[in-house]
Amino acid sequence: MSALSLLPARRPVPGVFVALTLTLAIGWLVVLLDGGQLFNQSTTVSLLHVAAGLGLVAVGQTLVILGGSLDLSVAYVISLSTLVAAETMNGSDGAVLPAIGLVLAVSAGIGLFNGLLVTKLRVNAFIATLGVGLLLKGYLDNGYDGPAGTTAPSLVQSLGYQRVGPVPVSFLLLVAVTAAAWFALSRTRFGHHLIAVGGDPEVARLSGVRNDRVLVTAHMLCSMCAGLAGIYLASRLGSGAPRVGTEGLYDLESIAAVVIGGTALAGGRGGVVGTVGGVLLLASIDAIFNQLEVDAFFKQVIRGAIIIAAVAVYARRAMRKAA
Amino acid sequence: MQTVQPRSLPLRLPRVRPGGVLPILLILAVLLVLVGIRQPDFLAPPSLMSFLGRSAPIILLAAGQYFVIVSGEFDLSVGSLVTAQVVVAARLIDSDPARTWPVVLLLLAFGALVGLVNGLVTTRLRVPSFITTLGMFLILVGAVYLWSDGAPKGGLSEEFRRFGRRAFEDVPLLGRVPYALLVLVVLAVAAVLLMRSDFGRTLVAVGDNPRTAELSGVRVWRTRTIAFILSGLAAAVAAILLGGYSGVSFQAGAGLEFGAITAVVLGGVALGGGRGAVVGAMLGALTLELLFALMNFYGVSGALRSTVQGGIILLAVAVSATRSSSR
Repeated sequence: MSALSLLPARRPVPGVFVALTLTLAIGWLVVLLDGGQLFNQSTTVSLLHVAAGLGLVAVGQTLVILGGSLDLSVAYVISLSTLVAAETMNGSDGAVLPAIGLVLAVSAGIGLFNGLLVTKLRVNAFIATLGVGLLLKGYLDNGYDGPAGTTAPSLVQSLGYQRVGPVPVSFLLLVAVTAAAWFALSRTRFGHHLIAVGGDPEVARLSGVRNDRVLVTAHMLCSMCAGLAGIYLASRLGSGAPRVGTEGLYDLESIAAVVIGGTALAGGRGGVVGTVGGVLLLASIDAIFNQLEVDAFFKQVIRGAIIIAAVAVYARRAMRKAA
Repeated sequence: MQTVQPRSLPLRLPRVRPGGVLPILLILAVLLVLVGIRQPDFLAPPSLMSFLGRSAPIILLAAGQYFVIVSGEFDLSVGSLVTAQVVVAARLIDSDPARTWPVVLLLLAFGALVGLVNGLVTTRLRVPSFITTLGMFLILVGAVYLWSDGAPKGGLSEEFRRFGRRAFEDVPLLGRVPYALLVLVVLAVAAVLLMRSDFGRTLVAVGDNPRTAELSGVRVWRTRTIAFILSGLAAAVAAILLGGYSGVSFQAGAGLEFGAITAVVLGGVALGGGRGAVVGAMLGALTLELLFALMNFYGVSGALRSTVQGGIILLAVAVSATRSSSR
């Protein structure tokens, strides 16, 4: 806490980490009473794997939401990225780097398109990214019936399954991406401009921020994060999967994780660290329920309730602060 | 460096005001002509009537979504609500015709209740409606799977299904009039009348500027909650029609929320509220359905439906956004 008080401009760590700690403590106790063990090697590893996939998307989503925008196309970008990655590699280790480059280029292109629609054509972000998502969905539905391509074995072994102790390499990737995003948001001009644009676009514009450029960059970064998540999923699955993004509900879940992490949906307030907290919270609930062998559908009901409750708590706090 | 931008001197071109229904009527007319060229039979009364009957559910959902959107919110839960309703109906009716009417009433009450919860959570707890209805979406999908152990049970009675699949046959001039079409016409007229009433004006005022509305004595939270209830009711009616037409499945309502939002936006209604007509929203839904029919006639693969849908939305919204350059 003392470290925080030295930085008056910085917000305190969002309540999501309190919620995460409580959830893990209660979950640990309940699982223990049930005769299981929450923190053994395999559950921890699978928890971190779930968190890595969702986390990569959610960190990108945080950037656009901070800027007052939104990206509903990420689920399709993920699916497309798994296919681009797996088909480019086609099982050969030599093609890993070109494949990763191609995925990032393709996803950056989609992000650029999203960004231009939102800024230059002034299409509402919800509709713009929904529309782009539908365009991609049509392409995927039309071209693919099932898994395609083969991920290079070296990538499967490294990013897909290798780990340092209980921590998968993919989670380390998430940590690295989060750190980069945190740095960009709190230490660079881009970050300050992005938050200014999300807070009040008109004020930002009058203060000399190039709103359009900032938002387009945020959209490109968001799509590239989704592309990274696609590469990770391709390395887990061993091939490209045309429906993996939508079946995982990555679009809506990433937005939920961002909001649970304390970032305002209207933009201008929040950060990536909270988002990772939100992702870990969702993944922990998953892990606890898996341990208790709770019905998968019941899990979803609880998930929905938690998302609403978490945001209601934030809204209450914001209201009290305003009063 | 341009300091003063010439702020959109409103070009008084033919009176196309933003939010008007003229653009969507034009698109609809063009599509009708294209259909007429390719498949003249389609425009014959019987098949046209059937088409309108089939389109009734999505048109009603668009009207319901309109109420919520014009008041400045979103309802992402309608698709899952439709699925839940259809599955619940099948399980409760369990092929027993005597239970048809009680279950219909129950579905309407259930729809209204879901709308009420959405509305209260959004307005009283101040959760953004995007999140509220997204949470409701997850809850409803999970609950309905949970309740039916992963596979739909029971069955709908013929009594129940007739709303969606039967028609008055041998009507002079029109050939056949599906029950669904009658339901649609009655509810569409009711929706238009509602929007002309005091409530309708209040609803638009709330969406346009909630603060001003509040200061002029409108109870914003109550108005918005009613909008959510109307959306829930529309979903209930749509579920009854859809269940009748296509039967019970967990996919009954999949994607309908985005379909309805697309239709509303296509109809010239501004997301964020305060602008647009309910007729536009319903015409938007009809246009979308007609477009899909047209793609069918031209042999476009069903898989490309969403690409076309996406392209159309982007085009429509981009055009209207550049036209009304003020915000």
